[in-house]
Amino acid sequence: MAIERILKDDASEEKGERARTASFVGAIAITDLVKTTLGPKGMDKILQSTGRGQEVTVTNDGATILKSLHIDNPAAKVLIDISKVQDDEVGDGTTSVVVLAGELLREAEKLVAAKIHPMTIISGYRIAAECARNALLQRVVDNKENAEKFKSDLMKIAKTTLSSKILSQDKEHFAQLAVDAVMRLKGSTNLEAIQIIKKPGGSLKDSFLDEGFILDKKIGLGQPKRIENAKILVANTAMDTDKVKIYGARVRVDSMSKVAEIEGAEKEKMREKVQKIIAHGINCFVNRQLIYNFPEELFADAGVLAIEHADFDGIERLALVTGGEIASTFDNPESVKLGHCKLIEEIMIGEDKLIHFSGVEMGQACTIVLRGASHHMLDEAERSLHDALCVLSQTVNDTRVVLGGGWPEMVMAKAVDELARQTPGKKSHAIEAFSRSLVAIPTIIADNAGLDSADLVAQLRAEHHKEGCNAGIDVISGSVGDMAELGISESFKVKQAVLLSATEAAEMILRVDEIITCAPRKREDRM
Amino acid sequence: MALAFDEYGRPFIILKEQDQKTRLRGIEAQKANISAGKAVARILRTSLGPKGMDKMLQSPDGDVTITNDGATILEQMDVDNQIAKLMVELSRSQDYEIGDGTTGVVVMAGALLEQAEHLLERGIHPIRIAEGYEMASRIAVEHLEHIAQKFDFGPTNIEPLVQTCMTTLSSKIVNRCKRPLAEISVKAVLSVADLERKDVNLDLIKVEGKVGGKLEDTELIYGITVDKDMSHPQMPKQIQDAKIAILTCPFEPPKPKTKHKVDIDTVEKFQTLRQQEQKYFDDMVQKCKDVGATLVICQWGFDDEANHLLMHRNLPAVRWVGGVELELIAIATGGRIVPRFQELTPEKLGRAGLVREKSFGTTKDKMLYIEHCANSRAVTIFIRGGNKMMIEETKRSIHDALCVARNLIRNNSIVYGGGSAEISCSIAVEAAADKHPGVEQYAIRAFADALDSVPMALAENSGLQPIETLSAVKSQQIKENNPHFGIDCNDVGTNDMREQNVFETLIGKQQQILLATQVVKMILKIDDVISPSDF
Repeated sequence: MAIERILKDDASEEKGERARTASFVGAIAITDLVKTTLGPKGMDKILQSTGRGQEVTVTNDGATILKSLHIDNPAAKVLIDISKVQDDEVGDGTTSVVVLAGELLREAEKLVAAKIHPMTIISGYRIAAECARNALLQRVVDNKENAEKFKSDLMKIAKTTLSSKILSQDKEHFAQLAVDAVMRLKGSTNLEAIQIIKKPGGSLKDSFLDEGFILDKKIGLGQPKRIENAKILVANTAMDTDKVKIYGARVRVDSMSKVAEIEGAEKEKMREKVQKIIAHGINCFVNRQLIYNFPEELFADAGVLAIEHADFDGIERLALVTGGEIASTFDNPESVKLGHCKLIEEIMIGEDKLIHFSGVEMGQACTIVLRGASHHMLDEAERSLHDALCVLSQTVNDTRVVLGGGWPEMVMAKAVDELARQTPGKKSHAIEAFSRSLVAIPTIIADNAGLDSADLVAQLRAEHHKEGCNAGIDVISGSVGDMAELGISESFKVKQAVLLSATEAAEMILRVDEIITCAPRKREDRM
Repeated sequence: MALAFDEYGRPFIILKEQDQKTRLRGIEAQKANISAGKAVARILRTSLGPKGMDKMLQSPDGDVTITNDGATILEQMDVDNQIAKLMVELSRSQDYEIGDGTTGVVVMAGALLEQAEHLLERGIHPIRIAEGYEMASRIAVEHLEHIAQKFDFGPTNIEPLVQTCMTTLSSKIVNRCKRPLAEISVKAVLSVADLERKDVNLDLIKVEGKVGGKLEDTELIYGITVDKDMSHPQMPKQIQDAKIAILTCPFEPPKPKTKHKVDIDTVEKFQTLRQQEQKYFDDMVQKCKDVGATLVICQWGFDDEANHLLMHRNLPAVRWVGGVELELIAIATGGRIVPRFQELTPEKLGRAGLVREKSFGTTKDKMLYIEHCANSRAVTIFIRGGNKMMIEETKRSIHDALCVARNLIRNNSIVYGGGSAEISCSIAVEAAADKHPGVEQYAIRAFADALDSVPMALAENSGLQPIETLSAVKSQQIKENNPHFGIDCNDVGTNDMREQNVFETLIGKQQQILLATQVVKMILKIDDVISPSDF
């Protein structure tokens, strides 16, 4: 009696060993894909979208690469997911987390082949992750008390983060930019106050930090180009045709003269509105929606600078920065909070005119203007800078810092190795494997830099046998160097997140012993 | 059969279009059904117990789910076979009724079917098997009641409840921090439980998840979270002693449902209309302010102008809050949902001690916490985790734990887990079989064998020798006459489940046995399967 099909026609089912192999293969494939981007000498990837225009992105950011991939393998999807979460939570380490998870699975595959049950591997990994975290925790440096040292820590972290990106040429410059920007925030993680404007042209070195706020808009015709001690009203209101919002209202007239009358009334209404706005005693008016010619003219007459069509983000940021409120009604001028700034002027960056607000009320805000040869370059620079900003702002909150350059991995590996020797039972194999996976990261960094990884990692391991060693891989000179001297640091929070999420993801994939794929939903032909 | 002859000897067809249908009859039909049922059970068998493996399921849209919850696996499996669908139903009904043990019930049914197959081969009529199973299940259920123990707990002594929830959670991926999660679940259930009526309304417990953070960051909030933020970015982010107006009407000019038109033909009309419109907004905000509200929660959107007016009058507001959440807020804060501005009165406002906005990570995600509500019956379990799948799985696990805690409040009898209850029942059923005179004796004995298959699967999944372990435990139970011996899945070193603190609820176990028997009986009674053949 043949067993009938249980599942639907196109659905497939993979069991036991095959399922495990499928997920290992998928996860390792993803790891190998992003592996080469790791470290300061990591390579970039070109991504071409399938959408219209076949847009091209050149990047080195793990999360960006993985986000753009179309993956069918379920295990690979888990890895992409953790990279995305890493991006959302701490902003950096998106490649490392995937590589570590992949290495853990690669080791697990060997163990499974050696007939060790996945559950044993999982419990070993768990113990090892806990041990690794504690080992790292013992070696963290916390310079919270010492502002001077802390700032140099931040600088080091920024440089380390940026060194693996396209900005590495000017990392000194950009690290300074990022640290300055984050220091201005004074401990808040609200990155919204930092605005990044991209303008093609010039070179990356021409990028600069501006302590004010820059709005990518033009000043209306015939209006003052420079205002000192500006009082700003930030608004979100219709300045084209102020429609009557009562439902079902419509204009019905029977003669041309009536049309003219109503038009007049409309104009009158607009004029009144403008009057009311001007009555706030302002000399700058920023609106989210369009401003038509007629009110613009009125504003110009009154000597008020009117800026139209600032987008949502721009408005909110401007309100935040200048300390005003976003207004939509203008009947009570005395209670509306106006924004203030010392100077508004039109500036030129490259060929574009921009409006520059300086001396704003909230000193936390600033703008970073990025210059670069092409859009791709700028996009990548923005991503890199964003990573650096995220890491820095997280570090300001959690001031613990560890060294970089493969140092944390070696420290953890050493502790985990020791634990493996003390643990009886089959788990010790898994713990040992965990330590091997950790060592894989410095190996990959060295490999990507074209160095002899086997030799370097062996040297590194020997160095780390001594207590309190600061050795890591110095990619620039291609040898083992003192990371503290070289000033390569990383945020503890990022490292911890990498460790924990990678272990969690590996565990999740290991626990699977069966994959059931449903029949893909049939696409309707849109031909 | 499909062809009959009338009194003149002419053939006529009873079942039309023979070639388009496949038909299985008699013993063949039963065997086909049994093998289908067994196939489903086999998939779930490896998920049983604390060392059970997970399944990865890819939905038609490509989304991935990783789970070890029987009901979820079966539901997402895209099953085509009719009998397999019955098994899916079986697991689902266990899920609805009890909430936990969804894997166990399917494994049990599979084992019963397997035993039935052997009996069928020996030529025992399916109805006799079904009857035998029925008797056996009755014996087993009675025996369970016999070995069950009552245990006491109260709002102060929650330890036993926590232990039971931990047993449930230990088979899930979240077992790393089962203790905190179990405590959270128990506290949540106790805070909404009606201990006098012994009832728990699980609707009052909302399980929310947000990607990011660690599993350890999961928390219980005595209040409600809403995945929304204030309608205006500059509204206050924290409100003490909030009085909440809960509205289901938009802050927009009214839209009568009957079709109408307002004609504007003179300048005066245009102006009056304009004033009217402004008055509308003003009135709406004023009404909220007049009744003393300090927070407005609205199901619909706000017009820009209204939004600013609210901001202006220092009245924080939240828009686009879903209907379900709105109801929960109303329950928790003791407020009334108000459909019209005119009906707003001070008594209808809800009260909460603290309303605050909290942001997460580097993204701009914000959530609204409403805490210390007047009527703190509604609680929220807020799950954090490494990725979306982890959170979904944690949600399912918490759901199971909540159900278990609820069942215990309804009926505080427990049996011991780790397969000990099944082994004990098996011994009892086996003993009863010998006393039964009829052919059913065989079926009853088969039932006992089937009961053994659950501990066997447990042992197998834990990497133990199944037959050896089972026979050892069984002999120990008989020798010491102690029904608490089970399979030592976690390698703790003792077989006594009482020492290991592994409990399950009595009603859960009973339901498993009853439901599994019922489905198997139904499958056995089918002797003819007619289905349209593949085309």
